[in-house]
Amino acid sequence: MKAPAYNRRSFLIGAGLCSASLIRPPLGLVSAANAATGVAPTASMRGGSNNYSPNAPLVDNLGKGFWVSGTVRKAGGGEPLSNVRIQIWAATERGGEREPSNHGSVLTAADGTFRLEMSQILPNFGQPHAHLAYDDGAFKTVFLRPVMGSRSDTSVQAHFVLASA
Amino acid sequence: MLPDNKQAVTRRLAGCLVWAAVAGLSLWPVLIAAASPYIVGRSAVYIAAGLAGALSLALLFVQPLLAAGLLPGLTGLHGRRWHRVAGFLIVAAVAVHIGGLYITSPPDALDALLLVSPTPFSIYGVAAMWGLVLTVVLVAFRKHLRLRPLAWRIIHNALVAGVVATSVAHALLIEGTMGSLSKIVLCSCAVLTTAAVTLYLRVIKPRRKREALAQKAHGTASDLSARS
Repeated sequence: MKAPAYNRRSFLIGAGLCSASLIRPPLGLVSAANAATGVAPTASMRGGSNNYSPNAPLVDNLGKGFWVSGTVRKAGGGEPLSNVRIQIWAATERGGEREPSNHGSVLTAADGTFRLEMSQILPNFGQPHAHLAYDDGAFKTVFLRPVMGSRSDTSVQAHFVLASA
Repeated sequence: MLPDNKQAVTRRLAGCLVWAAVAGLSLWPVLIAAASPYIVGRSAVYIAAGLAGALSLALLFVQPLLAAGLLPGLTGLHGRRWHRVAGFLIVAAVAVHIGGLYITSPPDALDALLLVSPTPFSIYGVAAMWGLVLTVVLVAFRKHLRLRPLAWRIIHNALVAGVVATSVAHALLIEGTMGSLSKIVLCSCAVLTTAAVTLYLRVIKPRRKREALAQKAHGTASDLSARS
């Protein structure tokens, strides 16, 4: 007797693998958190608040040649948030992370995007990285610390999803 | 007379070559770090901290060579005396490294020391630091610990192997001022000399000694039997 190529066992294994691939990364099409609450809020990163000095002044730029950009959205619905202050600081050619002229703030545009031109970010404490903060009370405080893929990159991105305070 | 003289000159030349190679391999990455474009904008303390780290890595490569007396002119007791001096220098350099990083950015240094840093390589650096602290305790309290010489040596070698392995991992994962090629070469040298010297001092040399002793005992025994 020949076993059929398609039977209950092969169906169950196939179905199990398919559903596993839907839930797990890289696909991750079905997420328990997404299904329940929509867009999940961004968690603060380790070391994100290092050398933070509150209330960095609003600036046009912090130098030339390097761009820090990103988006700010609201947790749940994911709508873009405008006029939100994002504070940015990093170690550059002009000094370390504690150098005051390496700290500045920008406001998000109507579409929730922000960008700030600054001096080239250099490797600091072993990784070329920037620091970004939302710390204004209307939403929960978030500190991000994106690392550049390469030390010769001339831009870095960071995205905020903020939860109501 | 002439062949003797010739031999001495050859030995001297070989000695100079060995020293040049060791000095070149250990100082090359330190000089590259000192000339790095990334130190633009860094404070003097931060630059010193980085260089001290590179220097301690270079000393980890020289240290086993001194212990085994393999450097020309520093054999035997001389080598071991300089092994102790180099040990002090490593501890001093690591103290400058960590102290300088702390002054440069207290939160980043504290994160690393408390093992909550976002940079994975800092864990290896902190592990190497604790290995070094234990080594200092082992050396400073050698008499008080009352370990048998063999036990002391095995603990010393095990700790040092850990320090070298974690230091190398720490250095290789860092994106910093040292050049990649010179860093990889120096790290390989440190690992190779540590492994080779441990094997030589703890396995090969004792075995040779045992064999020589056995041969001597055998020789005297046959002498005695011949005489009787």
